[in-house]
Amino acid sequence: MERRVKISYVINLLGVLAVFLLFVLLFESRIFGAATQYIKGICTTACYTIIMVASLNLVVGCMGEFSLGHAGFVSVGAYASAIVSGALTGKGLPDLALFLIALLAGGIAAGITGVLVGIPALRLRGDYLAIVTVAFAEIIRVCFCNFSITGGGKTMSGILKLSDFYWCYWIMAACVAVMYLYIRSRFGRTVKAIREDYIAASAAGINVTYYKVLTFTVAAFFAGVGGGIYAHYMTAMIPTNFNFMYSAELLSEVIIGGIGSLTGSIIGAAFLSSLPEMMRQFSQYRMLAYSVVLIIVMIFKPGGIFGNWEFSLVRILHRAEKKGHEKAEGGVQPWKQLERKSRY
Amino acid sequence: MTFSLFIQSLINGLNQGAIYALIALGYTMVYGIIRMINFAHGDFIMIGSYTLFYTIPLMINAGMPPWLSVFLAIVICAGTGVVVEVVAYKPVRKAGAMSALITALAMSLFLENLAMVLFGAKPRNIQKIFDLPSVSVFGTSLPLNVVLTIGIGIFMMAALQLFIKRTRMGKAMRAVPQDRDASILAGINVNKVITVTFAIGSGLAAVAALMYCAKYPRVTNDMGSMMGLKAFIAAVLGGIGVIPGAMLGGILVGLIEIFVKLFAPGWYEAITYAILIIILLVKPSGILGKNAGEKV
Amino acid sequence: MEAAGKKEPVLKVQNLGIQFGGLKAVDSFNMEIGESELIGLIGPNGAGKTTVFNLITGVYKPTEGSFYLNGHRMNGKKTHQIVDAGIARTFQNIRLFKKMSVIDNVKTAMESKLSYGLFHAVFRTPVYWKEEKALTERAKELLKIVHLSGKEDYEAGNLPYGQQRRLEIARALATDMKLLLLDEPAAGMNPTETEELLEIIHFIRNEFKISVLLIEHDMSLVMKICERILVLDFGTTIAIGTPKEIANDTRVIEAYLGKDDEEVESDAKSE
Repeated sequence: MERRVKISYVINLLGVLAVFLLFVLLFESRIFGAATQYIKGICTTACYTIIMVASLNLVVGCMGEFSLGHAGFVSVGAYASAIVSGALTGKGLPDLALFLIALLAGGIAAGITGVLVGIPALRLRGDYLAIVTVAFAEIIRVCFCNFSITGGGKTMSGILKLSDFYWCYWIMAACVAVMYLYIRSRFGRTVKAIREDYIAASAAGINVTYYKVLTFTVAAFFAGVGGGIYAHYMTAMIPTNFNFMYSAELLSEVIIGGIGSLTGSIIGAAFLSSLPEMMRQFSQYRMLAYSVVLIIVMIFKPGGIFGNWEFSLVRILHRAEKKGHEKAEGGVQPWKQLERKSRY
Repeated sequence: MTFSLFIQSLINGLNQGAIYALIALGYTMVYGIIRMINFAHGDFIMIGSYTLFYTIPLMINAGMPPWLSVFLAIVICAGTGVVVEVVAYKPVRKAGAMSALITALAMSLFLENLAMVLFGAKPRNIQKIFDLPSVSVFGTSLPLNVVLTIGIGIFMMAALQLFIKRTRMGKAMRAVPQDRDASILAGINVNKVITVTFAIGSGLAAVAALMYCAKYPRVTNDMGSMMGLKAFIAAVLGGIGVIPGAMLGGILVGLIEIFVKLFAPGWYEAITYAILIIILLVKPSGILGKNAGEKV
Repeated sequence: MEAAGKKEPVLKVQNLGIQFGGLKAVDSFNMEIGESELIGLIGPNGAGKTTVFNLITGVYKPTEGSFYLNGHRMNGKKTHQIVDAGIARTFQNIRLFKKMSVIDNVKTAMESKLSYGLFHAVFRTPVYWKEEKALTERAKELLKIVHLSGKEDYEAGNLPYGQQRRLEIARALATDMKLLLLDEPAAGMNPTETEELLEIIHFIRNEFKISVLLIEHDMSLVMKICERILVLDFGTTIAIGTPKEIANDTRVIEAYLGKDDEEVESDAKSE
């Protein structure tokens, strides 16, 4: 069992590497010509959106609670990392080290905010929690509008452009992997139990508040990392970028992708964040179309496009292998078919 | 703070509060019945305001007082409210809270962007709706149109209370939130009640639009989202699902905003939100809400 | 209470009570449970039996009185602290983690036995593998005890009713408790299932040396397995004793069947 899982980690790592090499091949061969830089930019956007959406999915999918204030944590990460990278510029650090330190600082700042928000807010549930997260995010936004270090309500500009796509790809992969491993450990198991029935969970000896705050904090941390990449990609930002609509956009990407499916978050975020760019020439109708798509998805596929299904390279390989065996054995024995049916 | 400044702020706060209260009523009524935060509700103010913008010149040309436009606005808002409910919300009603929430958010986005496509992103200025002088009371100048809007707000709330308490439909609207299945057994047409609730809520938003435009005569396609959020906060503050709670919450948020603005102009929003958080932590169901613990 | 002997009782409840508004749901409730005792808690509907469970497990905070587990005061503690101290329960209306697998339901209850932290989880260190493996083995053992071997990967919500009740018992066992509270464990079971359940309860008690407090409506079941029975009505204890004593107690019979009009009259006359 353990061995099989370990092998699956290696296989997945190889898969991630293969996708990376594909990107390198596409960009370095200049197949897009003059548009290469532009497409790289869209891919970077997709990277940080994936991190933000996947982290929100920890709260929404795994913990089963609405958070409509995720943009607040993103903004804390963005500003904190921008301030740190600004302060460390010219200290002789290589760009990558500077970038990683800035992102870590952004993540930690957002994580601390997550604890401070989570302890009071997570005593509430459902719609009340949703509205309290909005309130906290708005308070954070007003703070950034008033602090002089964050531009005092005006644009904060001149942030170093450190968000290179190749780096961001690996940072994204690492973040998603950590979140995946978090969900597939005692922490994810416990939080899911709390989602299913918090009263039964506490009767099973679980400290409900602790695990909720912990998960919320982990989500805030990664939102902050995503915000850090955002800041170093945009190089200029204003607190109103991180308003309620931004939180709502992130939440809708989680839900369209699939509640509780990291695969859905990745594909949903990648697609929805590049969609507005692709439809730039119809910019007037872009958001209109987006909202119509959202409503249609909600009506016909309320659990999101991927539901809670997870992509698994290992499963595919396993199936291919099985098929090979079956062919060798001369087709499926009828009792095997029966067994499969009776299991679910 | 001088006495006259205090009175002036009080009046302004009540004016703002009455607007929030009318919008909050729409949130609270819908939430009470289908347990859904109708994020698109704020945008009905925008629809009402655009209706006013386009119909007031017609009224003036016809020699009628401009405020009569509000009746058109009520009809259009109520109609849109019903259409939104039937087309978008009804199909997702059984799909769970998250889908409902996202549908409402998407509807809000849709209405705002539709307005931008139809009317453009440029702010429009509305002609004066009430042409009333200011009077001096205790040495404070009171603009009468502000007093009038407060009066309209109080009248609407009183009328709604009467409707809810005295009429058959009103009783049905109180019964459905308490026990939906029992209401069906008692012969209440729940779908009809929901539709009427949306119509009334949206109609109230049109009145709120009149009150808002009488004070701030500017219409934009995204004016509803911020107003809606504040009004929603007011509804939660008072106890969502409780009609008097929405009124109380609206007035409170209005007063808090205006008075905090006097002392810390940059922070008034943050303080409103902080008060909301504190109240919810002390009393999770809002000021007038009932605590519903889970049965074990 | 002689049955508890001279040793410190596992659970000692003193004058426990709770008020909801003006209603006293439980009023000065007293009881002691000795080591590996099996006690039944019975009473008509609405007598306050489940409320007693909710008080002892910290779901409700008592408004008066106190209770002790092995001499340690437990009031005011949170549910998970009480569970850690050694009181576990099942629910009248089964509360499983329905969308999780059977084995994960049990593993969840062993959460506090794990020691690996975020670092070990994220980097999948040997500590992680070792602890998770031990956890899986232990969970499988517990499932075997409640006769659920082979169902490990089923979704808990898809199990038949009787198996769900047994899974709830396994989950409670996983917390390593000293006192097990069972809230109508046989409700909705057919005679064969009830028989199987009784076997399991006996086995658990002998194997783990734990005390059991059992709410049950099925009188024959209670009479058959409980050493002592406590009868609750309108939030107060009206009788304690062996099954035999309880079966002949007039107050208990009254509480269950109500007084005859004639009896009431004769009572009134005699007073």
